[in-house]
Amino acid sequence: MKTFKFLTLLLFAATFFVACNNDDDNTPEEVNEEEVITTMTITLTPQGGGTAVVMQTRDADGDGPNPPVVTVVGDLTAGTTYDGAAVFLNETETPAENITTEIAEEDEEHQIFYVAGAGLDVTTAYSDQDADGNPVGLAFTLTANTAGAGTLTVILRHEPTKPNDGTPSDAGGETDIAETFDVTIN
Amino acid sequence: MRLRIFLLACALQFAAYGQQCDFTLSGKVIDLHNNAPHVGAMIYIKELSKTAITNEEGYYEFNRLCSGNYTLTISHPECTTITRDIVLRSNMERTFRMEHHLEELNEVIVQGTSQYNKLTSVKEVGLSNADLERNSGKSLGDALNEISGVSSLNTGNTIVKPIINGLHSSRVTIINNGTRLEDQEWGVEHAPNIDINASDKVVVIKNAAALQYSGDAIGGAIILEPSRVVVKDTLFGKTLLTLGSNGRGGVITSQLTKGFESGFFGQVQGTLRRFGDFEAPDYVLSNTGADEKSLFTRFGVNRFTYRLEGSYSFFKNKIGILRASHLGGPMDQFMAINSSEPLIIRDFTYDIDVPRQEVTHQVFKLKGDKNFGEHSNIAFHYTYQQNDRLEFDIRRGDDAGKPSVDLNLKTHTVGIDFKTRLSDGFNFKSGIVGDYQENFPDPSTGVRRLIPDYERYHMGAYAIGDYEANDKLLVEAGIRLDYTHMDVFKFYRTSLWELRNYDELFPELVVEDLGTQVLTNPVLDFTNVSATAGVSYEFSDQIRGYFNYALASRAPNPSELFSEGLHHSASRIELGDLRFNSEVSNKFSLTLEGKLNGFQFTLNPYANFIEDFVVIEPTEIQQTIRGNFQVWEYRQTDSYFLGVDLDTSLSLTDHLNWESQFSLVKAYEVDNDQPLINIPATRFANRLTYENPSLNNLKMALGGTYTFRQNEFPNNNYDVFIPETDSIELLDISTPPDGYFLLNFSAEYPFTIKNKSKLVLGLSVENLLNESYRNYLNLFRFYADDLGRNILLNLKINY
Repeated sequence: MKTFKFLTLLLFAATFFVACNNDDDNTPEEVNEEEVITTMTITLTPQGGGTAVVMQTRDADGDGPNPPVVTVVGDLTAGTTYDGAAVFLNETETPAENITTEIAEEDEEHQIFYVAGAGLDVTTAYSDQDADGNPVGLAFTLTANTAGAGTLTVILRHEPTKPNDGTPSDAGGETDIAETFDVTIN
Repeated sequence: MRLRIFLLACALQFAAYGQQCDFTLSGKVIDLHNNAPHVGAMIYIKELSKTAITNEEGYYEFNRLCSGNYTLTISHPECTTITRDIVLRSNMERTFRMEHHLEELNEVIVQGTSQYNKLTSVKEVGLSNADLERNSGKSLGDALNEISGVSSLNTGNTIVKPIINGLHSSRVTIINNGTRLEDQEWGVEHAPNIDINASDKVVVIKNAAALQYSGDAIGGAIILEPSRVVVKDTLFGKTLLTLGSNGRGGVITSQLTKGFESGFFGQVQGTLRRFGDFEAPDYVLSNTGADEKSLFTRFGVNRFTYRLEGSYSFFKNKIGILRASHLGGPMDQFMAINSSEPLIIRDFTYDIDVPRQEVTHQVFKLKGDKNFGEHSNIAFHYTYQQNDRLEFDIRRGDDAGKPSVDLNLKTHTVGIDFKTRLSDGFNFKSGIVGDYQENFPDPSTGVRRLIPDYERYHMGAYAIGDYEANDKLLVEAGIRLDYTHMDVFKFYRTSLWELRNYDELFPELVVEDLGTQVLTNPVLDFTNVSATAGVSYEFSDQIRGYFNYALASRAPNPSELFSEGLHHSASRIELGDLRFNSEVSNKFSLTLEGKLNGFQFTLNPYANFIEDFVVIEPTEIQQTIRGNFQVWEYRQTDSYFLGVDLDTSLSLTDHLNWESQFSLVKAYEVDNDQPLINIPATRFANRLTYENPSLNNLKMALGGTYTFRQNEFPNNNYDVFIPETDSIELLDISTPPDGYFLLNFSAEYPFTIKNKSKLVLGLSVENLLNESYRNYLNLFRFYADDLGRNILLNLKINY
């Protein structure tokens, strides 16, 4: 019985010792999301020169409650073809991490889709290819056909089926970015 | 002549000595532990080839014995045979004490030796050793599914959590080998880290009455115990092999036990489980393989008055998560739900790619107990548990191959339990338990912590009494107090911290403002009271009734308090609330048990009223750069659960038995009578079994289970913009799938090989008709059908 009591006491003591020992008030290390894409910028430069049209979506808190800030600077001109470039940044880090290079490195696993809504008469074509000869979409051309207004949705997909028919539904994969811009063609 | 006289003298002398042949040897054969008489024990006198059998009182008697030295062998079908030498010179009374064993090899609940005490006012259900062996290849959740009132919440086919009367996760306590399992059970996608092959019996208590273990088991408790070890010189073992066609893999488990007459024993048990991709009737469920290894070893001493045992268990699994369930946003979910097949179907493989979970659970335990007097026992235990959980997601760039979740949970538990018999029929037990838990989420994942860093201190104390008023009436009552203290370090996104007004409500919690995030130090205390009271009454030889009331209260878990972020497979943002208080449940349950000739039934209606029940439900749509997500917030609301479980069994002929099972549960919020989400649908199961002892104990069973469609569900549908069609579409995440009928078959045939070894060959087929179906309680029902036909071959060898 004595040994028994002693053992029990010892065990309790051991637990409290362990418990106290851990109470060292070291605050945990902050984690900055490494894979977050906060910013997507699409720059459309008219072939043959002129002012570029810039569309941007920026969501500083990632999956947090604040909505992204969406801006479109400039209107498209009917009958003009633009050289398009997509740039992705993680601005939660300083300096901002350029995700575009990661996408370019893993271009077989990514594709950017440009989907025009009704009312917006544009034609897009990919001008880049991955190692397998499939489109990526970091570089593309956009032709504004006739005047009007509508939406242009830009979707970045991770691990889509490649090759695909050029539509996001056929490609599948996971959406990393999806933003719809209001665009006007004069 | 002289010689004759001498011989005669000798003969007379001998006769004079030997003629004292009128001695009586009598006495009792009683149980070593509780002094109960052993009826039908056989006492055999080797030298005389005489036998006596004990009567109803355990009494035996030999008459007209001659004096002499004798060897007695005392045997009883349920006990270890003992041998005793006696010297008979006069009338003699000898009492022999025998220890139960053979029957109890398969019996966990043993008065005085097991930590687990049977509840008297609750009808317990569970799985016997034979049930567990039959389900050797399955997870705990799948195996328990065959009990009425128990179903499971699945995440695909690999993650299966038991649901008891509509409740799961933190509301169901799992007790393994006397200690509460601490394995991050709060998560819906966290399956219990247990190999059922290490257990000998599983008891399910469908309410919170098991106060000895926990006061917060609002749903119920699942108690698993390893086999009892026999005090006997013995070495025995068993090996079970299960091969399954679906998943093209198998499970092998082996157990070896060594016992000594002195009471020392050792046991080792190990299981390997390996499956590739499982298959639905029409396609491969890509990335749903499983790889599991487990080891359980223990050693100790088992003496009449005390027992001491040390054990170590190791469990490691790697489970694939359906590839097609990983989504980037509502647009992806819309496509996945509206596709008749999973969006990703690959060829069968044994490889387990991302997404997957890798969990290691280790338990180190020391326990002992000692008897005092005839009816008292004191027990202690110390347990250390470590749970390491890694979750691998589909990641990009340098992060590919790095886990997204890396949690390390350590728990130390110490406890003392005391039990005694205060007077005839009045038993009392009491105990205290203390534990310390530390959760460490590794920041090197590069993903914000899902569960924050915390330290938790917990103390609990209970007292339970039961009283046998007379032959028919048993009464029991108990009370338990729990105190929980949590010291948490949590990073909040500044935007969320402000949106929820926490910056105004709890400015004192902020340790450091890091700009986009704030580090906070919430310290939470919960004091919970739980209690139970119940009776059991025998109305007649045929009918017995049980009534139990249980009050339980549960402190909110880390996920309910601190969730904050995107849940990929559900494609939603989940938010906890740090202001939550404890959930309090009042459950009333009644059980009627009857036997009429060949018909048996158990009817168990129940009502559970839960105050501040934690539910998660959609509150708003949040715009992010990835698309518009639904936000699901945890909320507390008063709810109630009403249900009934019915089991019947009917002997049709000597060999044929028909069993039925019906389970129904309804759950609503009190305020608005809105049904709760993820409540099991009504289930009706039937089984016809054929058993023939004259055919070497051949057993065959044909079972059919119909699961009804869940017609009561909250409507959480929402609109999603689909750019390709330039339209807004309804995303239906609420409507339950149709009901389904599954047919199963099993057969078992034992062989005897050599003298002691036994071999049992079994064949079973699940989903015999290869039915395509989706289960409301499978979180991946949106993305893929459930499992198709599975042919299983079982081989069991006892040696």
